[in-house]
Amino acid sequence: MVSVGLTHFLVISTLLFSMGLYAIITRKNAVMVLMGVELILNSANINFIAFSRFGNFGYSGQLIALFVIVLAAAEAAIALAIVLNIYKNLSTVNVDEVDNLKD
Amino acid sequence: MNIYDLIFYLFALLTLVSAFFVVTNKNIVHSAFYLLFTFFGVAGIYVLLGADFVAIVQLIVYVGGILILLLFGVMLTNKITNVEIKTGTINIFSATIGVGLFSGALLAAVLYAPWKESSLQEAVPTTGILGNLLMNEYVLVFELLGIILLIALIGAASIARR
Repeated sequence: MVSVGLTHFLVISTLLFSMGLYAIITRKNAVMVLMGVELILNSANINFIAFSRFGNFGYSGQLIALFVIVLAAAEAAIALAIVLNIYKNLSTVNVDEVDNLKD
Repeated sequence: MNIYDLIFYLFALLTLVSAFFVVTNKNIVHSAFYLLFTFFGVAGIYVLLGADFVAIVQLIVYVGGILILLLFGVMLTNKITNVEIKTGTINIFSATIGVGLFSGALLAAVLYAPWKESSLQEAVPTTGILGNLLMNEYVLVFELLGIILLIALIGAASIARR
């Protein structure tokens, strides 16, 4: 068995990305779609930090991972506010039923 | 196989298995709790990559903040009384084929690319290094992120109570 290197981490992040994409495509509930987005952001972060460790770029990768975490927090707050508003107006959060612009 | 590899495979298994349960579970609350284990596994992988500060921030912000926010979203948008905390699924068949093909191509690209790896340095505590970078080289990004976070939170509050 080969010892753990860059490829192992990239495979982990690829699989995590695929599962996030699957969640975004197949789930109806908007909160589940958000969870898929979080999975994808995490996989991107693993990539950033893995390349920062195994490449020759200093610590910029870790810093960009921190920025991604901050943006994910902002995105989650705004998205949940929008989801709450949708629920108040249409009393559903299934993304396939929310298809009218104005009633 | 040394202890590093063993811990890596442990955290990788934790991350991937719980992520699989997140995307396949019908109950949203269960999915949210499996997401906790996924975030924890990812934090462990960060530690194995020598990013201790990012791992702690991951635990604080994701597990303590975003996950709680998601759970609030679930609780506020579903009728708890008539046990309606299920999520339906659409176009599973085409999604499975599409995502399978896509991830296969991505995996092949990752596995067969000739990655150039530089020699590994010893992992050092990164908090001071990151703080110095944040205050010197990346100070503009840092300030912009602060403004973005402020605007986003004001916007979220004003959207949510309209």
